[in-house]
Amino acid sequence: MSDIAFDVHMRHGKPWKKPPLIQRPWLRWVLILAFFSYLIAAYMTIEVNWARVYFGLERGKQFVLAFTAPDFTSRSSDIWDGMIESIIMTVASSVVGIAISIPIALGAARNVAPLPVYLICRSIIAISRALQEIIVAILLVAIFGFGPLAGFLTLSFATIGFLSKLLAEDIESMDKVQAEAIKATGARWTQWINYGVQPQVMPRLIGLSIYRLDINFRESAILGLVGAGGIGATLNTAFDRYEYDTAAAILVLIIVIVMALEYLSGVIRARVQ
Amino acid sequence: MLRLEKLVKTYKTGDQALKAVTLEIPEGQVLALIGPSGAGKSTLIRCINRLVEPSSGNVFLAGKELTGLSAGALRKERRRMGMIFQEYALVERLTVMENVLSGRLGYVGFWRSFLRKFPQTDVDEAFRLLDRVGLAHMADKRADELSGGQRQRVGICRALIQNPALLLVDEPTASLDPKTSRQIMRLVCELCKERGLAAIINIHDVALAQMFVQRVIGLRLGAVEFDGPPEGLTPEALTTIYGEEDWEATIEKVDEDETEAAQ
Repeated sequence: MSDIAFDVHMRHGKPWKKPPLIQRPWLRWVLILAFFSYLIAAYMTIEVNWARVYFGLERGKQFVLAFTAPDFTSRSSDIWDGMIESIIMTVASSVVGIAISIPIALGAARNVAPLPVYLICRSIIAISRALQEIIVAILLVAIFGFGPLAGFLTLSFATIGFLSKLLAEDIESMDKVQAEAIKATGARWTQWINYGVQPQVMPRLIGLSIYRLDINFRESAILGLVGAGGIGATLNTAFDRYEYDTAAAILVLIIVIVMALEYLSGVIRARVQ
Repeated sequence: MLRLEKLVKTYKTGDQALKAVTLEIPEGQVLALIGPSGAGKSTLIRCINRLVEPSSGNVFLAGKELTGLSAGALRKERRRMGMIFQEYALVERLTVMENVLSGRLGYVGFWRSFLRKFPQTDVDEAFRLLDRVGLAHMADKRADELSGGQRQRVGICRALIQNPALLLVDEPTASLDPKTSRQIMRLVCELCKERGLAAIINIHDVALAQMFVQRVIGLRLGAVEFDGPPEGLTPEALTTIYGEEDWEATIEKVDEDETEAAQ
């Protein structure tokens, strides 16, 4: 049947092996060798001061032991204030960030937006993703001073990069025919988005939003370390005072809240399918 | 009613999907478009409502030229062309009613459609159409809960609520079983007759086309190879459209089965 001469009889009785990923054997072996020699060389450059490690183990032990007796009470009002501030920052930045992300995501989906809009929106996403939260927070603290405003703005900015990118990718991979059918009715662009696109990406949007809420809460705990308010500031103070039991209490609270959000997002995502 | 003049579509890849197709369809005529895969059938009907932009040539709908229209004017003309799709193309996560009412999007403003506050006449018409195809009780079900045949009926309602003058039907039966296929074809043709609609139906099943339509166009490599009544589809005609094959079994007259179940 086939056009190319292939003698089946020659193949009988010989084992078959999957063709290797890299066809040329010499290239394959050079790449494998290069990888491992680089890996070994890289490990050898890491210097370890064993005396310092031995000394530090004691501190580490105290830190870990503090978790057996976390102290929620002696700094309870600081912890409470920090938590409230973090939660306000999280909710406010998530809402603002998501509201800005949706139009940017539409602009960053090639099958919905024209090329110039696409390029602008993709650039916004690229900038937001390139600048790590901590760097943005340091900049904004320099501009707006210490406190939750800088944290709120940082998290809103970071939300845009995250949510727009993932939502735009979902829009790009939507079922084209469903959207085409709406277009064929003579719908306007806005109606087309509302009827043809939105129902298809809604579960993903809800899932991503809750996931981002979760990330923003965790990030708010980090941003305090650079002075951007929230529970992170309280945590930082506790570390500075070597109050590991208070720090442990804060970390336990963060873990509990993140786990609760994780559970909640699982439940909601299962329901919106 | 619909006139295509030297319609050409060349894709960016260089594939010439349509080679100067000229065609005229009078008011109320139901026409089947047959031809092998890749012959340009889908491209042809998509060039009419400009879901695919034709490269050159003209399309006249009731005397109005479509290929040069601005986006806004094209939207208005699209309302006059109902489209029915191969895989139903219902918006899966919307209800049956929303899917049917989406056929009115060209007539209502954004906020009305966004808030799902369609005019009462539209809602009444939607229920009347759903009842006509036997699905009125399913109005609040989500589209993805329906079977294939039911979905295609909803697709038909969505096209008809546009109050079109022309139906563009793209492989309506490709993913349906033989019995449902016949029911859907019969329904489409009956509705066209009731409302005096013209229709272009892309279809792979030659025997099914012969059962229901008044005129058959055979397309091969983007050019019209056959244009005539269904009886004219001789083995020779089919060979020019599809290539050499034993055609006797295909064009054997199929008994019109009268087991038309309501469901």
